[in-house]
Amino acid sequence: MTNVVSLRIEAAARATVPAGITVALMLLGSIPVSGMHVQLLEPLLAFASIYYWTLYRPDLMPAPLVFALGLLYDVLSGAPVGAHAGVLAVAHAILSGQRRFLIDKTFILNWVGFALVAVGGCVLVWLLTSIFYAMPVDPWGLLFQTLMTIVAYPLVFRLLLSCHLSLVQPV
Amino acid sequence: MTDISRLDHRVPAACRTLAQWLLYVGLVLAAVMLMILGRANGQVMERMRIQVVDVLAPIIDMMSLPVDAVVVAAQTIRAWTALAEDNAALRHDRDRLLGWKDVALRLEAENAQLRQLLHFVADPQTRTVGARVVADNGGAFARSLIVAAGRHHGVGKGHAVLNGAGLVGRIAAVAPRSAQVLLVSDLNFRVPVAIGPARIRAILAGDNSDEPRITHLDPDAFVEVGDRVVTSGDGEAFPDDLPIGTIASIDNRTIRVRLFTDASPIEHVRIVDFGLQGIIDEAREALSAAPAGPSGPAAPAASPPVAAMAGSASR
Repeated sequence: MTNVVSLRIEAAARATVPAGITVALMLLGSIPVSGMHVQLLEPLLAFASIYYWTLYRPDLMPAPLVFALGLLYDVLSGAPVGAHAGVLAVAHAILSGQRRFLIDKTFILNWVGFALVAVGGCVLVWLLTSIFYAMPVDPWGLLFQTLMTIVAYPLVFRLLLSCHLSLVQPV
Repeated sequence: MTDISRLDHRVPAACRTLAQWLLYVGLVLAAVMLMILGRANGQVMERMRIQVVDVLAPIIDMMSLPVDAVVVAAQTIRAWTALAEDNAALRHDRDRLLGWKDVALRLEAENAQLRQLLHFVADPQTRTVGARVVADNGGAFARSLIVAAGRHHGVGKGHAVLNGAGLVGRIAAVAPRSAQVLLVSDLNFRVPVAIGPARIRAILAGDNSDEPRITHLDPDAFVEVGDRVVTSGDGEAFPDDLPIGTIASIDNRTIRVRLFTDASPIEHVRIVDFGLQGIIDEAREALSAAPAGPSGPAAPAASPPVAAMAGSASR
């Protein structure tokens, strides 16, 4: 009996790993490193995490969770509340449809998929923010951070993969 | 028989797909509603935002400890290697500053005498709180900092935020243990400034880029690259003569300012209550928020008197 309970608790704990990692990456991103210029070099690792789990463990990264993570990012980043939440919901819908296609093929395809979603999301967020403020917002910071995230993706993918294998579904 | 079983199988799948799509539509609609709400009533959204940040600030602070440790270690090693040079430089500076101290003391005495002669009314007492920066989002959307001092420490909305170099920003929202600082470079930041030795009046407007713009400058005014930009004290948002930056570039359409605070990372700030109530009047802010709806002016959080002043200034 105790065995069953402890197994259940363990399974529940493992199920929270994807959300936990994503939140941790988000908080990590808002630590002040040194000055504004460096801040713009920081890749948005949390989005790579959301992409990864949406593709590989969609049961642990459902749409409402992705929406909530987007809201948290909006609150932390100072973006209009709802901007990232909405864009992530759209991205989740698209990714859920293309899941098979993106995970069965080579890593390059997975990477290209991420780049496309990231750039599309970046443009959409820029558009929403500009509409929100009723003026075109400076696009370069956003674009640069998106490019940094795409460049950093292979590394993040490795890290998430090892977390996936060790924490979420141990052999 | 086989047909029925196949149908049975297909209907729930179709339902599930439909439910999934309805969920997505619902989430997107919720996001749009939140954005409209934020646009119509920014005050409520900002209050909610700072409450969430107040809960998360200690966690971010804790996570930053190892990062800080590495940075401090690196700085210590660098400091050790440059000890002799630093010492010589400091000694040189001390000698120079002692000379200036004499000048300052003399001027202070003279100033006091002159004030007495003029029956000058002194500025209200200022109160300063030192605070550490726990989070920043110098990203693309907003330029703001979270500092580890809040209402409990006497921090209030509208207080000026300074560091050694000059004006950093102002307090935009306060929670019990933390506060949000709107940086000078933020899209919503406006401050009346005085430029150069002639103290030409204009408005400094952030636009989320590193170098804010000068707006509402008299077209006949003569401004040069390198001119100092300080607060003018108009609108009673800030006292006069807080250093902000220097004119960085002038072209046909825009004049940009390089901020003094941009030179080095902002790790600690001073939050100063100058006792000025010019712009932070919640009631007035709420009043001005109402007409500035979704189609209102571009600066949703621009403070009313500043906005009013900006509107009347000539361009």
